[in-house]
Amino acid sequence: MFKILKYSFYDLLRSRWSYVYLGFYLLLGFVLLFLNQDLSKAVITLMNVIIVLVPLIATILGVMYFYNSREFTTLLLAQPLRRSRIFLGQYLGVAGSLSLSLVLGLGLPFALYGLFRSGAIWDFSLLLLTGVFLNLIFTALAFLVALANDNRIKGFGYAVLLWLFLAVIYDGLFLLSLILLEEYPLDTFALGASLLNPIDLSRTLILLKLDISALLGYTGAVFKSFFGTSLGLVISLGVLLLWTVLPTGLMLRKARSKDF
Amino acid sequence: MIHIENLHKKFGRNPVLEGVELSIAGSGIHAILGPNGSGKTTLIKSILGMVCPDRGSIHLDGTPIRGEWAYRNRMGYLPQIAEFPSNLAVAELFRMIADLRQQEGQAWPLIERFGLQPFMDKKLGTLSGGTRQKVNLVLTFMFDAPLYILDEPTSGLDPRAMIALKTLIRERKSSGALFLITTHIMPLVEELADNVIYLLEGRVYFEGSLEQLYHHTGENHVEPAIAAIAEQTHV
Repeated sequence: MFKILKYSFYDLLRSRWSYVYLGFYLLLGFVLLFLNQDLSKAVITLMNVIIVLVPLIATILGVMYFYNSREFTTLLLAQPLRRSRIFLGQYLGVAGSLSLSLVLGLGLPFALYGLFRSGAIWDFSLLLLTGVFLNLIFTALAFLVALANDNRIKGFGYAVLLWLFLAVIYDGLFLLSLILLEEYPLDTFALGASLLNPIDLSRTLILLKLDISALLGYTGAVFKSFFGTSLGLVISLGVLLLWTVLPTGLMLRKARSKDF
Repeated sequence: MIHIENLHKKFGRNPVLEGVELSIAGSGIHAILGPNGSGKTTLIKSILGMVCPDRGSIHLDGTPIRGEWAYRNRMGYLPQIAEFPSNLAVAELFRMIADLRQQEGQAWPLIERFGLQPFMDKKLGTLSGGTRQKVNLVLTFMFDAPLYILDEPTSGLDPRAMIALKTLIRERKSSGALFLITTHIMPLVEELADNVIYLLEGRVYFEGSLEQLYHHTGENHVEPAIAAIAEQTHV
Protein backbone atom coordinates (compact mmCIF):
# COMPACT_ATOMS: atom_id res chain seq x y z
CA MET A 1 0.00 0.00 0.00
CA PHE A 2 2.75 2.42 0.89
CA LYS A 3 4.45 1.77 -2.42
CA ILE A 4 1.27 2.59 -4.30
CA LEU A 5 0.82 5.64 -2.11
CA LYS A 6 4.36 6.68 -2.97
CA TYR A 7 3.83 6.32 -6.72
CA SER A 8 0.48 8.10 -6.66
CA PHE A 9 2.09 10.87 -4.67
CA TYR A 10 4.99 11.20 -7.13
CA ASP A 11 2.57 11.07 -9.99
CA LEU A 12 0.67 14.01 -8.55
CA LEU A 13 3.83 15.95 -7.83
CA ARG A 14 4.80 15.42 -11.43
CA SER A 15 1.45 16.48 -12.78
CA ARG A 16 1.99 19.99 -11.38
CA TRP A 17 -1.47 20.19 -9.83
CA SER A 18 0.03 20.00 -6.37
CA TYR A 19 2.18 23.01 -7.18
CA VAL A 20 -0.78 24.94 -8.52
CA TYR A 21 -2.62 24.36 -5.24
CA LEU A 22 0.46 25.06 -3.18
CA GLY A 23 0.90 28.34 -5.06
CA PHE A 24 -2.75 29.17 -4.60
CA TYR A 25 -2.68 28.58 -0.84
CA LEU A 26 0.58 30.52 -0.50
CA LEU A 27 -0.93 33.45 -2.33
CA LEU A 28 -4.11 33.20 -0.29
CA GLY A 29 -2.15 33.14 2.95
CA PHE A 30 -0.04 36.16 2.09
CA VAL A 31 -2.93 38.19 0.71
CA LEU A 32 -5.12 37.50 3.75
CA LEU A 33 -2.36 38.51 6.12
CA PHE A 34 -1.63 41.61 4.10
CA LEU A 35 -5.29 42.66 4.03
CA ASN A 36 -6.10 41.82 7.64
CA GLN A 37 -2.81 42.89 9.20
CA ASP A 38 -3.72 40.63 12.09
CA LEU A 39 -3.26 36.91 12.64
CA SER A 40 -6.51 36.17 14.45
CA LYS A 41 -8.63 38.07 11.95
CA ALA A 42 -6.83 36.36 9.09
CA VAL A 43 -7.62 33.00 10.65
CA ILE A 44 -11.33 33.82 10.67
CA THR A 45 -11.31 34.94 7.05
CA LEU A 46 -9.31 31.88 6.18
CA MET A 47 -11.90 29.66 7.77
CA ASN A 48 -14.59 30.78 5.39
CA VAL A 49 -12.32 30.06 2.46
CA ILE A 50 -11.20 26.67 3.74
CA ILE A 51 -14.66 25.44 4.59
CA VAL A 52 -15.89 25.91 1.04
CA LEU A 53 -12.81 25.69 -1.14
CA VAL A 54 -10.98 22.70 0.33
CA PRO A 55 -13.92 20.35 -0.26
CA LEU A 56 -14.35 21.67 -3.80
CA ILE A 57 -10.69 21.21 -4.68
CA ALA A 58 -10.57 17.74 -3.09
CA THR A 59 -13.73 16.71 -4.95
CA ILE A 60 -12.50 17.89 -8.34
CA LEU A 61 -8.95 16.61 -7.98
CA GLY A 62 -10.16 13.30 -6.53
CA VAL A 63 -12.49 12.63 -9.47
CA MET A 64 -9.95 13.87 -11.98
CA TYR A 65 -7.15 11.76 -10.56
CA PHE A 66 -9.32 8.68 -10.43
CA TYR A 67 -10.33 8.92 -14.07
CA ASN A 68 -6.89 9.98 -15.28
CA SER A 69 -5.12 7.16 -13.49
CA ARG A 70 -7.37 4.45 -14.86
CA GLU A 71 -4.48 3.06 -16.89
CA PHE A 72 -2.30 2.94 -13.81
CA THR A 73 -5.10 1.23 -11.90
CA THR A 74 -5.67 -1.47 -14.54
CA LEU A 75 -1.95 -2.04 -14.70
CA LEU A 76 -1.83 -2.51 -10.93
CA LEU A 77 -4.86 -4.77 -10.88
CA ALA A 78 -3.06 -7.35 -13.01
CA GLN A 79 -0.17 -7.41 -10.52
CA PRO A 80 -0.05 -9.50 -7.36
CA LEU A 81 -1.47 -6.72 -5.23
CA ARG A 82 -4.48 -6.63 -2.98
CA ARG A 83 -7.33 -4.62 -4.49
CA SER A 84 -8.08 -2.72 -1.32
CA ARG A 85 -4.40 -1.73 -1.05
CA ILE A 86 -4.39 -0.36 -4.57
CA PHE A 87 -7.33 1.92 -3.97
CA LEU A 88 -6.39 2.85 -0.43
CA GLY A 89 -2.89 3.73 -1.64
CA GLN A 90 -4.17 5.92 -4.44
CA TYR A 91 -6.70 7.57 -2.16
CA LEU A 92 -4.12 8.38 0.48
CA GLY A 93 -1.75 9.59 -2.23
CA VAL A 94 -4.28 12.15 -3.46
CA ALA A 95 -5.55 13.20 -0.05
CA GLY A 96 -2.00 13.35 1.28
CA SER A 97 -0.67 15.51 -1.50
CA LEU A 98 -3.64 17.86 -1.19
CA SER A 99 -3.15 18.10 2.56
CA LEU A 100 0.53 18.77 2.14
CA SER A 101 -0.23 21.63 -0.27
CA LEU A 102 -2.71 23.02 2.22
CA VAL A 103 -0.48 22.77 5.28
CA LEU A 104 2.64 24.09 3.56
CA GLY A 105 0.81 26.72 1.53
CA LEU A 106 -0.96 28.25 4.49
CA GLY A 107 1.54 27.35 7.16
CA LEU A 108 4.45 29.13 5.52
CA PRO A 109 2.96 32.64 5.28
CA PHE A 110 1.50 32.42 8.77
CA ALA A 111 4.74 31.09 10.23
CA LEU A 112 6.67 33.92 8.58
CA TYR A 113 4.19 36.41 10.01
CA GLY A 114 5.01 35.21 13.50
CA LEU A 115 2.40 32.56 14.15
CA PHE A 116 4.53 30.73 16.69
CA ARG A 117 4.78 33.79 18.89
CA SER A 118 1.06 34.52 18.81
CA GLY A 119 -1.93 33.08 20.60
CA ALA A 120 -3.62 32.22 17.32
CA ILE A 121 -1.50 29.13 16.87
CA TRP A 122 -4.06 26.71 18.33
CA ASP A 123 -6.89 28.17 16.33
CA PHE A 124 -4.73 28.01 13.26
CA SER A 125 -3.72 24.40 13.92
CA LEU A 126 -7.33 23.43 14.38
CA LEU A 127 -8.11 25.14 11.11
CA LEU A 128 -5.47 23.14 9.31
CA LEU A 129 -6.57 19.93 11.01
CA THR A 130 -10.13 20.53 9.85
CA GLY A 131 -8.80 21.28 6.38
CA VAL A 132 -6.95 17.96 6.34
CA PHE A 133 -10.11 16.17 7.46
CA LEU A 134 -12.12 17.85 4.73
CA ASN A 135 -9.49 16.76 2.21
CA LEU A 136 -9.74 13.16 3.40
CA ILE A 137 -13.53 13.19 3.45
CA PHE A 138 -14.11 14.76 0.06
CA THR A 139 -11.38 12.80 -1.71
CA ALA A 140 -13.02 9.61 -0.43
CA LEU A 141 -16.44 10.81 -1.57
CA ALA A 142 -14.99 11.74 -4.96
CA PHE A 143 -13.38 8.31 -5.34
CA LEU A 144 -16.65 6.68 -4.34
CA VAL A 145 -18.61 8.65 -6.94
CA ALA A 146 -15.99 7.99 -9.62
CA LEU A 147 -15.96 4.26 -8.84
CA ALA A 148 -19.72 4.10 -9.19
CA ASN A 149 -19.71 5.92 -12.54
CA ASP A 150 -17.73 4.75 -15.53
CA ASN A 151 -18.89 7.75 -17.48
CA ARG A 152 -16.53 10.62 -16.65
CA ILE A 153 -18.99 13.40 -17.38
CA LYS A 154 -21.61 11.82 -15.13
CA GLY A 155 -19.02 11.17 -12.42
CA PHE A 156 -17.85 14.77 -12.51
CA GLY A 157 -21.41 16.01 -12.48
CA TYR A 158 -22.47 13.93 -9.49
CA ALA A 159 -19.32 14.77 -7.54
CA VAL A 160 -19.71 18.51 -8.04
CA LEU A 161 -23.40 18.21 -7.25
CA LEU A 162 -22.52 16.44 -4.01
CA TRP A 163 -20.17 19.27 -3.09
CA LEU A 164 -22.77 21.87 -4.04
CA PHE A 165 -25.33 20.10 -1.90
CA LEU A 166 -23.15 19.85 1.18
CA ALA A 167 -21.55 23.29 0.84
CA VAL A 168 -24.52 25.41 -0.23
CA ILE A 169 -27.90 23.71 -0.61
CA TYR A 170 -27.77 21.89 2.72
CA ASP A 171 -27.42 25.17 4.62
CA GLY A 172 -30.32 26.64 2.73
CA LEU A 173 -32.56 23.67 3.49
CA PHE A 174 -31.39 23.75 7.09
CA LEU A 175 -32.29 27.41 7.54
CA LEU A 176 -35.56 26.94 5.73
CA SER A 177 -36.55 24.09 8.01
CA LEU A 178 -35.62 26.14 11.07
CA ILE A 179 -37.85 28.97 9.91
CA LEU A 180 -40.72 26.69 8.98
CA LEU A 181 -40.55 24.75 12.22
CA GLU A 182 -39.97 27.82 14.35
CA GLU A 183 -42.58 26.87 16.92
CA TYR A 184 -41.03 23.57 17.86
CA PRO A 185 -38.00 22.91 20.02
CA LEU A 186 -35.31 22.34 17.46
CA ASP A 187 -32.14 21.93 19.47
CA THR A 188 -31.64 18.25 18.88
CA PHE A 189 -32.72 18.53 15.27
CA ALA A 190 -30.29 21.36 14.59
CA LEU A 191 -27.55 19.47 16.32
CA GLY A 192 -28.16 16.29 14.39
CA ALA A 193 -28.46 18.16 11.13
CA SER A 194 -25.11 19.84 11.55
CA LEU A 195 -23.45 16.56 12.45
CA LEU A 196 -24.73 15.07 9.21
CA ASN A 197 -22.81 17.52 7.06
CA PRO A 198 -19.01 17.58 7.37
CA ILE A 199 -18.82 21.15 6.05
CA ASP A 200 -21.32 22.45 8.61
CA LEU A 201 -19.61 20.46 11.28
CA SER A 202 -16.20 21.91 10.45
CA ARG A 203 -17.58 25.42 10.46
CA THR A 204 -19.22 24.92 13.84
CA LEU A 205 -16.11 23.35 15.23
CA ILE A 206 -13.84 26.22 14.23
CA LEU A 207 -16.30 28.89 15.27
CA LEU A 208 -16.67 27.28 18.69
CA LYS A 209 -12.93 27.30 19.08
CA LEU A 210 -12.55 30.86 17.84
CA ASP A 211 -15.23 31.82 20.34
CA ILE A 212 -16.94 34.36 18.18
CA SER A 213 -20.49 33.44 19.01
CA ALA A 214 -21.76 36.67 17.50
CA LEU A 215 -20.87 35.30 14.11
CA LEU A 216 -22.50 31.99 14.80
CA GLY A 217 -25.59 30.82 13.10
CA TYR A 218 -28.25 28.94 14.94
CA THR A 219 -26.32 25.72 14.55
CA GLY A 220 -23.32 26.88 16.48
CA ALA A 221 -25.32 28.51 19.23
CA VAL A 222 -27.10 25.27 19.93
CA PHE A 223 -23.88 23.39 19.74
CA LYS A 224 -22.22 25.67 22.22
CA SER A 225 -24.92 25.51 24.81
CA PHE A 226 -25.27 21.79 24.33
CA PHE A 227 -21.74 20.61 24.60
CA GLY A 228 -19.59 23.37 25.95
CA THR A 229 -16.42 23.91 24.06
CA SER A 230 -14.14 21.03 24.97
CA LEU A 231 -16.61 18.16 24.80
CA GLY A 232 -17.96 19.65 21.57
CA LEU A 233 -14.46 19.61 20.18
CA VAL A 234 -13.94 15.94 20.97
CA ILE A 235 -17.33 14.92 19.58
CA SER A 236 -16.91 17.02 16.45
CA LEU A 237 -13.49 15.57 15.73
CA GLY A 238 -14.88 12.10 16.34
CA VAL A 239 -17.69 12.68 13.89
CA LEU A 240 -15.24 14.07 11.33
CA LEU A 241 -13.21 10.90 11.76
CA LEU A 242 -16.37 8.87 11.20
CA TRP A 243 -17.05 10.95 8.11
CA THR A 244 -13.60 9.98 6.85
CA VAL A 245 -13.78 6.29 7.67
CA LEU A 246 -17.29 5.70 6.35
CA PRO A 247 -16.87 6.88 2.72
CA THR A 248 -13.43 5.26 2.60
CA GLY A 249 -14.90 1.94 3.69
CA LEU A 250 -17.74 2.26 1.20
CA MET A 251 -15.24 3.13 -1.50
CA LEU A 252 -13.15 0.04 -0.76
CA ARG A 253 -16.26 -2.13 -0.70
CA LYS A 254 -17.33 -0.76 -4.05
CA ALA A 255 -13.85 -1.37 -5.45
CA ARG A 256 -13.89 -4.99 -4.36
CA SER A 257 -16.75 -6.01 -6.60
CA LYS A 258 -16.02 -3.77 -9.58
CA ASP A 259 -15.09 -5.13 -13.00
CA PHE A 260 -12.19 -3.64 -14.91
CA MET B 1 -3.57 -26.14 -13.42
CA ILE B 2 -6.58 -24.00 -14.30
CA HIS B 3 -9.98 -25.41 -13.57
CA ILE B 4 -13.07 -23.42 -14.44
CA GLU B 5 -16.55 -24.52 -13.49
CA ASN B 6 -19.88 -23.16 -14.64
CA LEU B 7 -18.65 -19.59 -15.00
CA HIS B 8 -21.31 -16.95 -15.54
CA LYS B 9 -20.94 -13.23 -16.04
CA LYS B 10 -23.37 -10.54 -17.08
CA PHE B 11 -22.55 -6.93 -17.83
CA GLY B 12 -25.74 -5.14 -17.04
CA ARG B 13 -28.35 -7.18 -18.90
CA ASN B 14 -25.89 -8.47 -21.41
CA PRO B 15 -24.78 -12.03 -20.64
CA VAL B 16 -21.17 -12.57 -21.70
CA LEU B 17 -20.19 -15.85 -20.08
CA GLU B 18 -22.92 -18.46 -19.78
CA GLY B 19 -21.50 -21.50 -18.08
CA VAL B 20 -17.89 -21.86 -19.17
CA GLU B 21 -16.36 -25.21 -18.25
CA LEU B 22 -12.67 -25.56 -18.84
CA SER B 23 -9.77 -27.55 -17.51
CA ILE B 24 -6.24 -26.84 -18.60
CA ALA B 25 -3.20 -28.60 -17.23
CA GLY B 26 0.48 -29.06 -17.89
CA SER B 27 2.41 -26.87 -20.26
CA GLY B 28 1.75 -25.90 -23.83
CA ILE B 29 0.02 -23.19 -25.78
CA HIS B 30 -3.74 -22.91 -25.73
CA ALA B 31 -5.37 -20.60 -28.23
CA ILE B 32 -8.67 -19.11 -27.15
CA LEU B 33 -10.65 -18.34 -30.28
CA GLY B 34 -14.10 -17.07 -30.97
CA PRO B 35 -15.96 -14.27 -32.71
CA ASN B 36 -15.95 -10.74 -31.33
CA GLY B 37 -17.98 -10.52 -28.16
CA SER B 38 -17.83 -14.24 -27.44
CA GLY B 39 -16.32 -13.59 -24.00
CA LYS B 40 -12.62 -14.23 -24.58
CA THR B 41 -11.36 -11.15 -22.77
CA THR B 42 -13.96 -11.51 -20.02
CA LEU B 43 -12.84 -15.09 -19.44
CA ILE B 44 -9.21 -14.01 -19.24
CA LYS B 45 -9.98 -11.12 -16.93
CA SER B 46 -11.97 -13.46 -14.69
CA ILE B 47 -8.91 -15.69 -14.34
CA LEU B 48 -6.92 -12.59 -13.44
CA GLY B 49 -9.49 -11.46 -10.90
CA MET B 50 -10.10 -8.17 -12.70
CA VAL B 51 -13.65 -9.20 -13.51
CA CYS B 52 -15.73 -10.70 -10.72
CA PRO B 53 -17.89 -13.56 -12.06
CA ASP B 54 -21.54 -13.76 -11.02
CA ARG B 55 -21.51 -17.51 -10.61
CA GLY B 56 -19.13 -20.42 -10.92
CA SER B 57 -15.62 -20.94 -9.74
CA ILE B 58 -12.06 -20.73 -10.95
CA HIS B 59 -9.38 -22.86 -9.34
CA LEU B 60 -5.72 -22.36 -9.92
CA ASP B 61 -3.50 -25.24 -8.81
CA GLY B 62 -6.37 -26.52 -6.72
CA THR B 63 -7.15 -23.32 -4.80
CA PRO B 64 -10.07 -21.02 -5.62
CA ILE B 65 -8.90 -17.57 -6.73
CA ARG B 66 -11.88 -15.60 -5.47
CA GLY B 67 -10.63 -12.83 -3.20
CA GLU B 68 -7.06 -13.99 -3.58
CA TRP B 69 -4.31 -11.82 -5.02
CA ALA B 70 -0.93 -13.42 -4.39
CA TYR B 71 -1.49 -16.01 -7.13
CA ARG B 72 -0.95 -13.27 -9.69
CA ASN B 73 2.80 -13.39 -9.10
CA ARG B 74 2.69 -16.75 -10.86
CA MET B 75 1.22 -15.05 -13.91
CA GLY B 76 2.32 -12.82 -16.71
CA TYR B 77 -0.57 -10.92 -18.27
CA LEU B 78 -0.53 -9.02 -21.52
CA PRO B 79 -3.61 -6.82 -21.76
CA GLN B 80 -5.29 -6.26 -25.09
CA ILE B 81 -4.93 -2.52 -24.98
CA ALA B 82 -1.61 -1.31 -23.61
CA GLU B 83 -2.57 1.39 -21.13
CA PHE B 84 0.17 3.05 -19.14
CA PRO B 85 0.47 6.15 -17.01
CA SER B 86 1.43 8.62 -19.73
CA ASN B 87 3.81 10.80 -17.77
CA LEU B 88 6.11 7.94 -16.80
CA ALA B 89 9.25 7.03 -18.75
CA VAL B 90 9.65 3.47 -20.04
CA ALA B 91 12.57 2.69 -17.70
CA GLU B 92 10.64 4.10 -14.73
CA LEU B 93 7.68 1.89 -15.54
CA PHE B 94 9.82 -1.25 -15.53
CA ARG B 95 11.44 -0.21 -12.26
CA MET B 96 8.11 0.62 -10.70
CA ILE B 97 6.46 -2.70 -11.56
CA ALA B 98 9.51 -4.65 -10.35
CA ASP B 99 9.36 -2.63 -7.14
CA LEU B 100 5.63 -3.21 -6.69
CA ARG B 101 5.89 -6.93 -7.36
CA GLN B 102 8.97 -7.16 -5.15
CA GLN B 103 10.42 -9.55 -7.67
CA GLU B 104 13.69 -9.32 -9.51
CA GLY B 105 12.69 -8.62 -13.12
CA GLN B 106 14.82 -9.61 -16.09
CA ALA B 107 13.98 -6.65 -18.30
CA TRP B 108 17.24 -6.01 -20.19
CA PRO B 109 17.44 -9.14 -22.34
CA LEU B 110 13.86 -8.44 -23.44
CA ILE B 111 14.48 -4.76 -24.06
CA GLU B 112 17.33 -5.73 -26.37
CA ARG B 113 15.26 -8.40 -28.06
CA PHE B 114 12.49 -5.97 -28.94
CA GLY B 115 14.89 -3.13 -29.69
CA LEU B 116 13.50 -0.78 -27.04
CA GLN B 117 16.86 0.71 -25.97
CA PRO B 118 16.33 4.08 -27.72
CA PHE B 119 12.96 4.51 -25.99
CA MET B 120 13.98 3.91 -22.41
CA ASP B 121 13.89 7.58 -21.41
CA LYS B 122 10.84 8.48 -23.48
CA LYS B 123 7.53 9.15 -21.80
CA LEU B 124 4.99 6.40 -22.32
CA GLY B 125 2.42 8.86 -23.59
CA THR B 126 4.58 9.78 -26.57
CA LEU B 127 5.16 6.23 -27.83
CA SER B 128 3.55 4.78 -30.94
CA GLY B 129 1.08 1.91 -30.69
CA GLY B 130 3.58 -0.73 -31.73
CA THR B 131 6.23 0.51 -29.34
CA ARG B 132 3.72 0.52 -26.50
CA GLN B 133 2.89 -3.07 -27.34
CA LYS B 134 6.59 -3.93 -27.09
CA VAL B 135 6.76 -2.26 -23.69
CA ASN B 136 3.68 -4.26 -22.79
CA LEU B 137 5.45 -7.46 -23.86
CA VAL B 138 8.58 -6.71 -21.85
CA LEU B 139 6.41 -6.02 -18.82
CA THR B 140 4.64 -9.35 -19.26
CA PHE B 141 7.72 -11.48 -19.76
CA MET B 142 10.19 -9.79 -17.42
CA PHE B 143 9.11 -12.05 -14.58
CA ASP B 144 9.44 -15.78 -14.96
CA ALA B 145 6.01 -17.30 -14.49
CA PRO B 146 4.49 -20.73 -14.99
CA LEU B 147 1.43 -19.17 -16.63
CA TYR B 148 1.22 -16.48 -19.31
CA ILE B 149 -2.03 -14.98 -20.46
CA LEU B 150 -1.76 -13.00 -23.67
CA ASP B 151 -4.70 -11.03 -25.04
CA GLU B 152 -4.11 -10.25 -28.72
CA PRO B 153 -0.32 -10.25 -28.35
CA THR B 154 0.48 -9.37 -31.97
CA SER B 155 -1.54 -6.20 -32.37
CA GLY B 156 0.58 -3.44 -33.89
CA LEU B 157 3.80 -5.43 -33.97
CA ASP B 158 6.22 -5.17 -36.90
CA PRO B 159 7.51 -8.42 -38.49
CA ARG B 160 10.78 -8.32 -36.59
CA ALA B 161 9.06 -7.98 -33.23
CA MET B 162 6.59 -10.65 -34.27
CA ILE B 163 9.41 -13.12 -34.84
CA ALA B 164 11.01 -12.11 -31.54
CA LEU B 165 7.70 -12.72 -29.79
CA LYS B 166 7.17 -16.14 -31.33
CA THR B 167 10.71 -17.18 -30.40
CA LEU B 168 10.13 -15.94 -26.87
CA ILE B 169 6.87 -17.85 -26.54
CA ARG B 170 8.51 -21.06 -27.79
CA GLU B 171 11.43 -20.65 -25.38
CA ARG B 172 9.18 -20.16 -22.39
CA LYS B 173 6.99 -23.03 -23.47
CA SER B 174 9.95 -25.38 -23.68
CA SER B 175 10.92 -24.41 -20.16
CA GLY B 176 7.51 -25.59 -19.03
CA ALA B 177 5.22 -22.56 -19.11
CA LEU B 178 1.53 -22.68 -19.89
CA PHE B 179 0.12 -20.14 -22.34
CA LEU B 180 -3.39 -18.87 -22.89
CA ILE B 181 -3.49 -16.74 -26.01
CA THR B 182 -6.43 -15.02 -27.64
CA THR B 183 -5.99 -13.96 -31.22
CA HIS B 184 -7.77 -13.46 -34.49
CA ILE B 185 -4.68 -14.31 -36.51
CA MET B 186 -5.11 -17.91 -37.62
CA PRO B 187 -1.64 -18.49 -39.08
CA LEU B 188 -0.30 -17.69 -35.61
CA VAL B 189 -2.58 -20.34 -34.10
CA GLU B 190 -1.44 -22.84 -36.69
CA GLU B 191 2.17 -22.05 -35.99
CA LEU B 192 2.10 -22.00 -32.20
CA ALA B 193 -0.95 -23.58 -30.65
CA ASP B 194 -1.10 -27.09 -29.25
CA ASN B 195 -4.70 -26.77 -28.28
CA VAL B 196 -7.68 -24.75 -29.44
CA ILE B 197 -10.52 -23.51 -27.27
CA TYR B 198 -13.39 -22.09 -29.26
CA LEU B 199 -15.76 -19.85 -27.35
CA LEU B 200 -19.18 -19.07 -28.66
CA GLU B 201 -21.94 -17.10 -26.98
CA GLY B 202 -20.31 -17.46 -23.61
CA ARG B 203 -19.68 -21.19 -23.71
CA VAL B 204 -16.84 -23.45 -24.75
CA TYR B 205 -18.04 -24.72 -28.09
CA PHE B 206 -15.02 -26.77 -29.03
CA GLU B 207 -11.93 -27.79 -27.18
CA GLY B 208 -9.16 -29.99 -28.48
CA SER B 209 -5.88 -30.27 -30.30
CA LEU B 210 -5.35 -28.94 -33.81
CA GLU B 211 -5.65 -32.48 -35.19
CA GLN B 212 -8.97 -32.93 -33.45
CA LEU B 213 -10.10 -29.62 -34.88
CA TYR B 214 -9.17 -30.71 -38.39
CA HIS B 215 -10.85 -34.04 -37.87
CA HIS B 216 -13.94 -32.42 -36.42
CA THR B 217 -14.38 -30.08 -39.35
CA GLY B 218 -12.85 -32.04 -42.20
CA GLU B 219 -10.50 -29.18 -43.02
CA ASN B 220 -6.72 -29.13 -42.90
CA HIS B 221 -6.06 -25.52 -41.93
CA VAL B 222 -7.18 -23.53 -38.95
CA GLU B 223 -8.76 -20.69 -40.86
CA PRO B 224 -11.28 -22.77 -42.87
CA ALA B 225 -11.79 -25.02 -39.86
CA ILE B 226 -12.80 -22.09 -37.67
CA ALA B 227 -14.91 -20.73 -40.49
CA ALA B 228 -16.57 -24.14 -40.71
CA ILE B 229 -17.37 -24.09 -37.00
CA ALA B 230 -18.81 -20.63 -37.38
CA GLU B 231 -20.92 -21.92 -40.31
CA GLN B 232 -22.17 -24.92 -38.33
CA THR B 233 -23.32 -22.72 -35.52
CA HIS B 234 -25.35 -20.53 -37.81
CA VAL B 235 -27.50 -23.46 -38.91
